[in-house]
Amino acid sequence: MKRFDRHKTLADYRQQIDQCVKCGACRAHCPVFGEEGRETVVARGKVTLAHALLNGEIEPDPLLSENLSKCLQCGKCVRRCPNLVPVDDIVLAARREIAARRGLSLFGRSLTALLRRPRLMQLLAGSARRAARLLFRRIPQQSGLRLRFPAPFIDRQRSLPAFARQSFRRRHPEFISGRPNRPLVALFTGCMINYLYPQIGEGALQALAALGLNVVIPKEQGCCGLPALSAGDGATASELAARNLRAFSERQPDQIVTLCASCHSGLTRHFRDLGPDYEALAERVIDINALLVSQGLEEILHALPQPVQCPMVTVHTPCHLRNSGLDDPPKQLLAALPTINLVKMNKANACCGLGGTFSVHHYQTSRQLGAIKATAVKESGADLVATACPGCIMQLQDSLDQAGLPQRACHVLELVGEALAKEK
Amino acid sequence: MIETRIIRIIEDIVGTQHVSTADSDRLCYSYDATQRQHRPDAVVWPGNAEQISLLLKMANAEGIPVYPRGAGSGFTGGSLPIHGGLALVLTRLNAILRIDEENLVAEVEPGVVTHQLQKAVEARGLFYPPDPASLKFSTLGGNVAECAGGPRCVKYGVTKDYVLGLEVVTPRGDIIRTGGETMKGVVGYDLTKLLVGSEGTLGVITRIILKLLPLPAAKKTMLVLFDSIDGATRAVAAIIGGKIIPTTLEFMDATTIDCVRRATDLELPEAARAVLIIEVDGDSAVIEKQAETILQLVAPLGVVNTWVAANSEESESIWQVRRSVSPSLRKVNPDKFNEDICVPRSRLPEMIRTIEAISDRLHIPIVNFGHAGDGNIHVNIMVDKTEPGQEQKAEQAIKEIFAATLKLGGTMSGEHGVGVTKAPYIPMELDPAAVAYMKAIKRALDPNNILNPGKIFLQD
Repeated sequence: MKRFDRHKTLADYRQQIDQCVKCGACRAHCPVFGEEGRETVVARGKVTLAHALLNGEIEPDPLLSENLSKCLQCGKCVRRCPNLVPVDDIVLAARREIAARRGLSLFGRSLTALLRRPRLMQLLAGSARRAARLLFRRIPQQSGLRLRFPAPFIDRQRSLPAFARQSFRRRHPEFISGRPNRPLVALFTGCMINYLYPQIGEGALQALAALGLNVVIPKEQGCCGLPALSAGDGATASELAARNLRAFSERQPDQIVTLCASCHSGLTRHFRDLGPDYEALAERVIDINALLVSQGLEEILHALPQPVQCPMVTVHTPCHLRNSGLDDPPKQLLAALPTINLVKMNKANACCGLGGTFSVHHYQTSRQLGAIKATAVKESGADLVATACPGCIMQLQDSLDQAGLPQRACHVLELVGEALAKEK
Repeated sequence: MIETRIIRIIEDIVGTQHVSTADSDRLCYSYDATQRQHRPDAVVWPGNAEQISLLLKMANAEGIPVYPRGAGSGFTGGSLPIHGGLALVLTRLNAILRIDEENLVAEVEPGVVTHQLQKAVEARGLFYPPDPASLKFSTLGGNVAECAGGPRCVKYGVTKDYVLGLEVVTPRGDIIRTGGETMKGVVGYDLTKLLVGSEGTLGVITRIILKLLPLPAAKKTMLVLFDSIDGATRAVAAIIGGKIIPTTLEFMDATTIDCVRRATDLELPEAARAVLIIEVDGDSAVIEKQAETILQLVAPLGVVNTWVAANSEESESIWQVRRSVSPSLRKVNPDKFNEDICVPRSRLPEMIRTIEAISDRLHIPIVNFGHAGDGNIHVNIMVDKTEPGQEQKAEQAIKEIFAATLKLGGTMSGEHGVGVTKAPYIPMELDPAAVAYMKAIKRALDPNNILNPGKIFLQD
């Protein structure tokens, strides 16, 4: 059955592709190029390949797929491009083009099959958890939950978080009332927080409760669609978008809150092309950190008592927040927390190297980029590196583990939630 | 197409993973910043001079053209593989071999990015001045091959003023060393100077010995707005005539100002028809006095407003104005022909007036900005190639601008080189005997014409 893809085609980007003047400025900024050094992976190279694909000058062969898969979607090249060529969007469109002509990769097929079926995911999460207890070696470090995960597509060396005993959405009712006359916000939980990092969701609920906001957690919500898009599967991403549009239209929330930088980009940047309804929904999407700052949480945090001992915390800025101009809110929340000491880190804006499906296909390069971050965390003197994206957290923790460092990666919301919980 | 047999030979020399005939690679090494595309038959990433020597010997025996390449950011096509053959990518040779603080020299491989060397030497209180706009991504090998310049050249000179010695693989595959690491040296011909700016036609550079300077203690940045272009260009002559050589003396015309107005927080009033960005560096007491003298010298020339940066942040926001020029020019027209003429500094007012006259007469927007302090102006002829006749008009404008430049005692390229884009105009600047002299050198050193053929001269 032919499935419908609502996204722009590669041909829709022809004008933007033509705006690349091959100046080479992207060579100074692409993290993947920095590691691999070949023109085929740098932004202007990928734009050239996309252009050739569009003009039928190159076959969509495995090498082309491989080269186009080497993009973290970090957007650094776009920000530094003199002509602001949207290389990240062009790469995704080229991946969709190749998938449409040649079919998805085996990995892409498995991934999207999973993402399209939340119940299957729930089931797998449960069995993975049971299997984990029997099979997987635990990493002998403070986070005993962390595993070496020998799933077929994941590098055996990567350390991964455990699946949650009970997913975040199952733990909570669909509606949690706040104070009357306060806005209603809908929580977009995202897959990683729902299944792997429910404690981030708990932190969010603590903070939203402290502000008296009414919260709805739509049961029928699904994946934001970014992993499917990253794998070149526009049809699945379109189906997921339609599902989320239905789930979040029901109660007419004032705002839709994302807890994950990547989900934020999935529901904003990648929603806008899909049609007026989607665009309208995207307009109501707000990152949790930005929401908390705009609702005045900083003041509440400031007023909390200061403990005798505070951990040293540094911040990593997720690319997907930075690209939306949202660098500041997570830092503002941390700066307002009396329970931590905020310290600076070098390369705080450098990509962690996860890049969604990038790290699955290119774990070695991903690891090298992660190692740069691990060193920066170490040199900052911090005990914890806080960020606002569970993907970054997974990658940062893996990088710290690989480097044999004791530091831990966490979400800003975990620290906020802990501080608020203590006060209660 | 290249024979499989030859690919096997190349694989034996550099290793299988360092050569490719895949379409992806051939496409991605087919271009530079000229936006022209010529696919090589194969892409090779050699790891050392010995491998390059073997590759060139093979290329001579088999008659295969070889096109050396750094970052591929040139503006005139110096690295384009216009006759196919091999794209010889030198970015694996990217080590800073040593920084000698006692003798103020650095030895590097050609694939080192210019900015990386600058950061490394500045961490030790040293200074490598050449600063082409591409310095964050262009390579030192490319800078040397093209003799790159940049804003700081007013005071500090261009790349050739910093190259003391080279290791070069000759077109026939010999590995030679030229110059050395001493400040003086007159034994034999000055091959170093011949090779710098030879655009990869006379040898493949594999090591570079560079002169370094002590890092200046402080700098001061000023932005001066003029009510006329003439005022600004006369100010350049007044400053130089006043026996002051600033570090940089950058110029922007009225169209350029219109383009960047929205990209900056600094107020650029309509009355400002030209801008100079002036920077001085050195001992702080000296630069205070220099800045004062400069402002006095330019005061009678129609100054609308002046900003003197109080700190590095303010200095940065002034430079931001300059850096936003190139990307913002598209507001005028989608396509540009970017020339980099250079005239004696005192002739600058006349040159700018001539360009304006050509622009008016041909009804074609021409935007001028650049390194006024050394007479090097980036002339951007803005066209829309989709409109019929515009490209021909642009070519007419280029020809007229070159003719005017030469008449004023200038040159048609200050820092971008000839490559392929300027090759047709060479006879305008060089007399036939001089071209014959150059070609004789090329023929003697590269009898089979395998190294970067088709560049500089139209027919080799």
